[in-house]
Amino acid sequence: MDILKIENLALSFNGKNILSNLNLKITEGIVHAIIGPNGAGKSTLASTIMGLEGFRNFGGEIYFKDQPLKGLGVYERARLGITLGWQEPARYEGLKVSQFIKASSKNKDKDSIIEAFNIVGIDYYEYHSRSVDKSLSGGERKKIELASIVAMQPSLVILDEPDSGIDVASLKNIFAAIKYLREKDATIILITHSLEVLKQAEFAYLLCNGTILDEGKASKIRKYFEGKCMPCPHKNIPILSEIGKGV
Amino acid sequence: MEEDILYEAANLKDIIHDPSVARLVINKDKIVSSNIIKGIEIFPEEIKDGVKVKLVVKEGEIIEKPIHLCFGVTDENAVQNIVIDVDIEKNASVSLLAHCVFPLAKDILHKMDAKIHVGENAHYSYFEKHIHSKSGGVRVFPKTIVSLDSGARFKTEFELIKGRVGLIDIDIETKCLENSIMEVTSRINGTDEDKILIKETGYLIGENSRGVLTSRVALRDNAKAEIFNKIVATGAHSRGHVDCKEIVQDNAQASAIPIVEVKNSTAHVTHEASIGSVDSKQLETLMSRGLAEDAAVELIIQGLLS
Repeated sequence: MDILKIENLALSFNGKNILSNLNLKITEGIVHAIIGPNGAGKSTLASTIMGLEGFRNFGGEIYFKDQPLKGLGVYERARLGITLGWQEPARYEGLKVSQFIKASSKNKDKDSIIEAFNIVGIDYYEYHSRSVDKSLSGGERKKIELASIVAMQPSLVILDEPDSGIDVASLKNIFAAIKYLREKDATIILITHSLEVLKQAEFAYLLCNGTILDEGKASKIRKYFEGKCMPCPHKNIPILSEIGKGV
Repeated sequence: MEEDILYEAANLKDIIHDPSVARLVINKDKIVSSNIIKGIEIFPEEIKDGVKVKLVVKEGEIIEKPIHLCFGVTDENAVQNIVIDVDIEKNASVSLLAHCVFPLAKDILHKMDAKIHVGENAHYSYFEKHIHSKSGGVRVFPKTIVSLDSGARFKTEFELIKGRVGLIDIDIETKCLENSIMEVTSRINGTDEDKILIKETGYLIGENSRGVLTSRVALRDNAKAEIFNKIVATGAHSRGHVDCKEIVQDNAQASAIPIVEVKNSTAHVTHEASIGSVDSKQLETLMSRGLAEDAAVELIIQGLLS
């Protein structure tokens, strides 16, 4: 079953098309990747699915469990079960890590919150009373944000550049959390340009210049991306004859 | 009985009967109770519409548990003048926890004139928490003059996040001699027609003196705030920072004037000030976890003022 369907999605800013004629389907319970070079529109797509401010006036339609999302704000989409992990997580002066995770938590009980800490590899007793502010490294905030997503128990998780600012050891924690979410029947979309992250996915879409260039098993897309897109030879402007033909 | 009301409002009933905690409880112009422990001298005196207090921490004394001060008014209407003179002698160390409690206030004027001297290498930490009624009928005028001797450390935090502010006009001035450190922080939550005035001034006079002035204010409805923070650095190698953040919503209005003056080429003072609505990324992150907008804003403000 497709949990998310995007049909003819188009979004432009200041007359420039950022997303155009974008179609994809996300199968429930599967880890997907949307891969593409810098500037391809990956983060824009993530923001549009989540319905962030400035990303709601799109053409086409996005369906979540067959319900159209147009007109719904971030809160309404989250209540349906969609959430987003930011490439650069927000900082909150004075807000304690445990408050932040509890606010997201479905169950609110201490055991669930400690479990969320454990899954992303952060020690509850070391971190729970620290603030989610600049005293934490980017990697720590990334893990804490992921812990809040684990605690929320969403149906669809979009992770924008989950490896951004993360060291090798912490990356294992991030991947473990992705595996945990998958085991809890969450559907995951990894927004990335990293081959390492792509390996976590079962199915992948190749995004180029705001549209889907190809789709298929992650191993197939990986081979193309590695060979043809790193670096992007045409500065993220696809050869039009290739679009729709597959790669 | 009055003591119970004040302590219950401040949620501090447990410490009333602890003989190891020094305390002074004042209701309007009456000394309700006190407890003095070794190393501390407290001389309270009832004056017209208030109480005058001399507090001395003797040289070299390290007071382990915070001294508790409670300046409250259990009436609806009253004037309260508190005149306090604090002397922390050389090498002493103490922290004070002060609650200013006006649970039933309809028209209360609370004035405090404080003079604080922190002696050589002494440490003094003061946390003042205000608990007001929801009517907004409180006018608070705390004026404090602080002098720090060589190597002294002074930290003060003012918090008014429960109940309506009414009108508050804070004025604190600190002079720092060599190697001394001051940290002055205010956290206030304004709603309805509240008016908040904060004036914090630090003079970094001595060599290697350090100072930070921090203000955190959240405003909603028609509340107004004016914040004036100033650091003047004349001491060689002195360092200072002014940090003001205000969140403004609805029809609230805020202004912040950070002033830094450096009169010694080896000194360095920085400032940052921001006034505006709640950060959209912070808000949308919490909303993407299923929090309604109001709940998300409340949590962000709660963090800022904590």
